[in-house]
Amino acid sequence: MASKLTQSNRAGWLFALPGFGLMVVFIILPFFFAISLSFTNQRLISPNPTEWVGLANYRQLLGMGMITLDAVTDESGQIVRDDTGAPTYPRLREYTRNNPDYPHLDGMKQWFSFGRGGEARTFVLARDLVFLTAVKNTVVFVLVVAPVQGGLALVLALLINQKLRGINIYRTIYFMPVVVSIVVVSLLWRFIYDGNNGLLNNILDFLSFGYFEPVNWLGNPKTAFGSIIGMSIWQAVGFHMVIWLSGLQTISPTLYEAAEIEGSSKWQTFRYVTWPGLRNTAILVLIVITMQAFGLFAQIDVMTNGGPLDSTQTIVFQAVERGYGKQDISGGSAISVLLFLIVLSISLFQRWLTRERT
Amino acid sequence: MKFLKLSAGAMALTAGLSGHAWAQTALTMWYHGAGNEVESQIINQIVSDFNASQSDWSVTLESFPQGAYNDSVVAGALAGSLPDILDVDGPVMPNWAWSGYMQPLQIDESVIANFLPGPKGYWDGKLYSIGLWDAAVALVTRQSYLDELGLRTPTLDQPWNAEEFQAALDAAKNSGKFDYALDLGTAWTGEWYPYAFSPFLQSFGGDIVDRSTYLTAEGALNGEAAMTFGHWWQDLFANGYAPATQDGADRDTGFANGKYAFSWNGNWAALGALSTFDDTVFLPAPDLGNGPKIGAASWQFGVSASSEHPDGASAFIQFALQDKYLADFSNGIGLIPATAAAAAMTENYKDGGPMAMFFGLTEAQALVRPVTPGYVVEAKVFEKALADIANGANVEDTLDAAVDEINADIERNGGYGH
Repeated sequence: MASKLTQSNRAGWLFALPGFGLMVVFIILPFFFAISLSFTNQRLISPNPTEWVGLANYRQLLGMGMITLDAVTDESGQIVRDDTGAPTYPRLREYTRNNPDYPHLDGMKQWFSFGRGGEARTFVLARDLVFLTAVKNTVVFVLVVAPVQGGLALVLALLINQKLRGINIYRTIYFMPVVVSIVVVSLLWRFIYDGNNGLLNNILDFLSFGYFEPVNWLGNPKTAFGSIIGMSIWQAVGFHMVIWLSGLQTISPTLYEAAEIEGSSKWQTFRYVTWPGLRNTAILVLIVITMQAFGLFAQIDVMTNGGPLDSTQTIVFQAVERGYGKQDISGGSAISVLLFLIVLSISLFQRWLTRERT
Repeated sequence: MKFLKLSAGAMALTAGLSGHAWAQTALTMWYHGAGNEVESQIINQIVSDFNASQSDWSVTLESFPQGAYNDSVVAGALAGSLPDILDVDGPVMPNWAWSGYMQPLQIDESVIANFLPGPKGYWDGKLYSIGLWDAAVALVTRQSYLDELGLRTPTLDQPWNAEEFQAALDAAKNSGKFDYALDLGTAWTGEWYPYAFSPFLQSFGGDIVDRSTYLTAEGALNGEAAMTFGHWWQDLFANGYAPATQDGADRDTGFANGKYAFSWNGNWAALGALSTFDDTVFLPAPDLGNGPKIGAASWQFGVSASSEHPDGASAFIQFALQDKYLADFSNGIGLIPATAAAAAMTENYKDGGPMAMFFGLTEAQALVRPVTPGYVVEAKVFEKALADIANGANVEDTLDAAVDEINADIERNGGYGH
């Protein structure tokens, strides 16, 4: 195999060179750059020399700590409770800021806390809360988008895989959002989600005969990320629909005819003829959606900038924000490397899950 | 054959042209105002006036859209292809100077002695950039609102104090006439936050960073004054005086539509407000305890470090500092001219002009944003902290986290040369 690639194939390599060269310069080289920069303190612009800092960037991103605190008691030993009856705890600030007894917690913030029976409570602290929030949001995004977008795309593909007059019009309509730039789509959805007189609020108001209270979809931490998930699914569903469609059309019609003669129901036909025939397509769609979902950036950049209250922070947005906005190329590189490791391990895991069992 | 003739003709033509230009040394200049026709016209006029006025230098201008300008300069610097003359946003200048993109101007101090303080860009004790104009922010409202609500009209000498400002907000809110008492412009994300809102913090006695050393934000951004500011800021939104998340359209037209009683807005929007209501008044910033403050410094001109002809570049900048050009920019796009003499030549800023208030404001209240290369990062951290607090985040934790991030950044940069 190696000999076939290298020998008497000069023309082939020559033809591949332009594309291959561009890939090396713009994808492969930056990839290795990012790995090595993530171990330095490289800045976007700075007169200071670049220094090797080892794992400091990763420690900063992933550093975590834990502290268990007893509830506050008054002089008589009674636990001080707040208005809801829950015990109160000392301010974490006392421990995480300039406290010589807790140097390992310096500069950390509360991520979440849990009680372990009794009135003591354990607080989990993170050195970089925004990054961990971004990781959590991105994982939620992938977990919701991958199955919902993939499933919806399959339903659409089944619907338009029929010989009807004008079916191409529907195919075009479903595919249209994919062709439009994501930045344009995001801008339009910003108007749709507008809190005052956005299209969505108007429709809901009309449908509920005016009982619906207008929601500021992107301005409310509770609804912002859900809104972005919704529009993201809608935007790219057409692309995956086309992939499913191509998979559907490779299934031989004779199989369907045979199934019909055998008297199989619609569901049985789908379960035993269509679905097995879509196996490889399903793997492709799943992996592509997962990888695209991890790269969530443009929607955030245009619609929310990570806010409100970090509810829409994502990994790639943080990488850009730090590397470029805050001129910290090394920190941004470290985030990219972590993202690469996450996506790589998930892809390998998916490959293993969907492997051919013999 | 025809092609040959054409190219021969073209060659002759270029030879003729460059023969003329040989006498003058070519200088290049980048400007951020692409897309604004009036602005382009004025800057082009200055360039051609300069080229015609002397025979040593010939400036050619290249304009960029503002949104892409800073990126272009950073990219140009990394690629080693910066022009001789740059324009730079005032608070960003120390970052570029420290990074070695810019060199000090060769302009005598006496030339700019009459200039407002905001347009003068000093870093490390040297003048690196100089602006033809400044910008200012005021509390925009209508005289009829003040009368209806029974409020004293504050003046530069006697601005509202914290209680009076609070009473004004309460009166506007309780009147029930407005959606919100105050329009702060939270829709304008980005530099607007530190530019427009850090003066409130400074008026409370805090700051983004400790200006005595520029090496820490501890105590400045999370000290007692800053915490008071943080709670005040949060209460503005929690108690319904101002909207925490605002629609861009509301920012532009809300005051004109009567949604807001007071609008915290810049001189660039003043002409619009004046033409909407003839009783529009511009009130000075309130004194929240440590004196009334507004932001200063806008776009300024400087010379790139890689320029081989800094004398020529400085000559051009000095040429552009003439009062008539300051007045042109002011009349054309509403900016505040950098000298009193130029202000007297403008329609809006001359004594008794409709926007003369802004010139007084800049003179009396303006405070430049922290003069440090770290400002670029500090501004982003500050913006996020304010947005989070407005949306209900814990004030102490948020300001502490902001301090930690700013301090870590200063440390990573070896103190930014301070």
